[in-house]
Amino acid sequence: MMNIEELANRAKDAAQKLGIAKFDIYGATVDENSVQVDGGKPKQVKASQRSGVTVRVWNEQQTMGIATTTDVNPKGLELALETARNASVFGVKEYVPDFSPEATAPIEHIPTDKTPQVPVAQLIETLIDAEKDLLDRHGAIVSVPYNGLAQRDSDSFYINSAGAARFEGGSYASIYLYTKTEQEGKKPRSAGAIRLSHSLEKLDIPGCIQEAATKTISHLDYEKIKSGKYTVVFSGEAFLSLLGAFSNIFNAQNILDKQSLSTPESLGTEIASPLLSVWDDALHPDNVGISAFDQEGTPTRRLPIINEGILTNFLHSAGTAKRMNAKPTGHANMGAKVTVSPNFYHVLPGVAASQQLSLNTADNVIYIDDVSALHAGVKSLQGSFSLPFDGWLVRQGEKISIDSATVAGDFLQLLKSIIFVESELQFTPSGICPRIWVEGLSITGE
Amino acid sequence: MQTVITPIFPDISTREHTPSADRFDQTWRASLSTLLGWGRAAGADFVEFFLERVNYINCLAEEDTITSISPRLSTGAGVRVFKGLSDCYVSTNDLSFNGLKTALEKGLSIMGLHLPRQSTIVPEINLEPLRDYAALKGKESWLANCSDMREMGDILLGGTAQLNRQAAHIQSRRATYFRDWQEVLVASSEGTFARDMRLTQTIACQLLCADGAYRTSIGKRQGNTGDPNFLRSWDAAAAAAELAESAGKMLYADYVESGNYPIIMANEFGGVIFHEACGHLLETTQVEQKTTPFLEKKGEKIAHENLTAWDEGLSANAFGTIDMDDEGMPVQRTLLIENGILKNFLADRTGSLRTGHPRTGSGRRQNYTFPAASRMRNTYIAAGDYTTEDLFASVDKGIYCKKMGGGSVGPTGEFNFGVDEAYLIENGKITKPLKGATLIGEAKEIMNKISMSSQDLSLAPGFCGSVSGSIYVTVGQPHIKVDAITVGGR
Repeated sequence: MMNIEELANRAKDAAQKLGIAKFDIYGATVDENSVQVDGGKPKQVKASQRSGVTVRVWNEQQTMGIATTTDVNPKGLELALETARNASVFGVKEYVPDFSPEATAPIEHIPTDKTPQVPVAQLIETLIDAEKDLLDRHGAIVSVPYNGLAQRDSDSFYINSAGAARFEGGSYASIYLYTKTEQEGKKPRSAGAIRLSHSLEKLDIPGCIQEAATKTISHLDYEKIKSGKYTVVFSGEAFLSLLGAFSNIFNAQNILDKQSLSTPESLGTEIASPLLSVWDDALHPDNVGISAFDQEGTPTRRLPIINEGILTNFLHSAGTAKRMNAKPTGHANMGAKVTVSPNFYHVLPGVAASQQLSLNTADNVIYIDDVSALHAGVKSLQGSFSLPFDGWLVRQGEKISIDSATVAGDFLQLLKSIIFVESELQFTPSGICPRIWVEGLSITGE
Repeated sequence: MQTVITPIFPDISTREHTPSADRFDQTWRASLSTLLGWGRAAGADFVEFFLERVNYINCLAEEDTITSISPRLSTGAGVRVFKGLSDCYVSTNDLSFNGLKTALEKGLSIMGLHLPRQSTIVPEINLEPLRDYAALKGKESWLANCSDMREMGDILLGGTAQLNRQAAHIQSRRATYFRDWQEVLVASSEGTFARDMRLTQTIACQLLCADGAYRTSIGKRQGNTGDPNFLRSWDAAAAAAELAESAGKMLYADYVESGNYPIIMANEFGGVIFHEACGHLLETTQVEQKTTPFLEKKGEKIAHENLTAWDEGLSANAFGTIDMDDEGMPVQRTLLIENGILKNFLADRTGSLRTGHPRTGSGRRQNYTFPAASRMRNTYIAAGDYTTEDLFASVDKGIYCKKMGGGSVGPTGEFNFGVDEAYLIENGKITKPLKGATLIGEAKEIMNKISMSSQDLSLAPGFCGSVSGSIYVTVGQPHIKVDAITVGGR
């Protein structure tokens, strides 16, 4: 496996050999192993060692071209640089992307620590044990059809012809377990859980098993639900799924492209209940995929997006920040058209609530654990959603699993209809978020 | 498994190979047959190499400007090692002999096997004469004959200009194009040695219209395989006219009232219902996991007697058309359901090995980082005997789903998909546009409720994401009637 510094140097040498005066390069290497099991036996094992770089080249007219390649031999890198140089002729002449002004800003701590990978045999054994443990939790759990245990080392770099050079790396481990049940006269049910960590050793496998089992068992007895308007409580995971699907609200590139529910003037306006605050925090200690810089070399940071209901910041690349007279925020993805995406959400209560609500005492409330099929049910540019969900009807504090149903609404209206933000945080791969209570959402059941 | 071994005994320590760096051809035979021989000698039951080279470009026009041209070059390989019913898959960017050897070595070690010691005499695998679909079918010039960057830009800008001319209340207009050229080589210890080139292209237009609080976003995608002139022959005016008409109708549409309705689904992308509700459940991947309700149903009635469905890789220029699958098997036309009776599952090598269903040339993958899995190609409900007018006349109150969004199916067979453009049907007539509809159901139930198929079979391109990544597929159907389905709305 190629060393990341070696890859960066090789790319830089290729650019210099071709006489390219202005360029920047983002690259990454990945070394990962993953396993799946079925009925106590290994089903599939995957291993991958791969590298890739994205190069941007500016020509004498200062227009920019880009190319991506996985062929990181000198010849492959030269071909990519030549391709980028050719593409630069057709680059945009207005708002041409440029180096981030923060690409050389000092970064206090850049993660580079790695955890030694365990042998694949140990991964298989661990997952087989987890599968068995989960199957033993209840007689109705007949299989764990979707399961996986993976470990990954990754390194990335950003360099440019103005002297920027950043390197980082890390190790990750993940497990997911999704059950399937069979019971006479009942529909098959399914539930699951995911855990991430920096190493297999620290991975909360018992917690994953417990969560998958508890959820599955809670869905064994289910009822149809009457269609109508309900107060809905979103789990942290479900709320973050929705927030992610409508991230165009605070995505500066989307706003400039008129592909957003917001406009530049939305900044400073109230878009949500004052009970809600949202941050994007790539550096949060619970972010397993922590990254100290984005693909333009800009340092990542903790950024308030919504503060007590007020839209306070957009997510920026260097280019969008320049156009909107702001600072880059460390959310750029390199491309001919640089895109912007969130890093790690942190949702928290805003102003103090006038009422304290609890699922333990709630009545006729829907608790949504997870929403699915977002690609089909979210109209992100219209603001509407209609999504199947896994969840329960809470009747006098008791949870009753719901047979297939959908939740529908308008996301901007949803943000304003929040009536309570719990204080206890739930940890998910895309962020941390408490349960969020929303009134007046449409549920379609029977 | 059957293995063909020749009486050639090269010394493992002395092998050096320098196959062509620019194309996959005969020069790869020696290195691959050697490596496959080593894999078998190590104790693997089956070994397969998949080599891939990709030249991809994406172009985006926004309003009257080309805002992005993004080329991507990719090379890589994957080696799959089977021991009994277990397998492992190792992928690498390194196509050198040593890179492939290292990947093989890793795969073997994962399976508890090891390369023979140096100086061991190892038989090579006798590969078949190169089955070269690129040469046989005149594909070598495809890439050179495609539109260059300047032509791409000009044509897309013509498209956004047409949108501007034909639509009202425009907030934004976009046209995107991509060309994905792929060269693949498959070599296996059973003797497979096959090469193919694929050229996949698509053009999509998107229109976002807004009038005060009313907003609508509507798009249309056209796709093609194997025609370098696809972009040049695109009818931008017709595409823009269709989008403008849809956007005009949907901008002020009411939200659909949730409930249980009979629906009529339009042809073309309406076929996503069959893709999600049934197609995925006929892949042996689902059979292996026992996550299909059709597990033991081969030969039994699983759908309405008026329903016949196919999956094939042969329709000329269709988005899911391929000459061979990613395991080197020639594709075929696979009858899935005939008059409601389940006839076949879709099987790749692994699926066939683990379930006993015969391979159907359905082993597909996004790229070299994925092992192949059983996947759909061009999948559609066959034309029926009814006219589209017959279908509408049979509905008193229902929903006409003219343009479908995406969809998905879960591990319990429950599916859902969004409807981008819908209309209320009253007394057999379309009365008003509706938005916000989601169709929800269970595969087992819905298949028996597709009671009428019209004669106007038509196909549409799509992207399908599953265990082996995102692949190009075709969905299709004639207009069909579903007697009752849950429609999620407001």
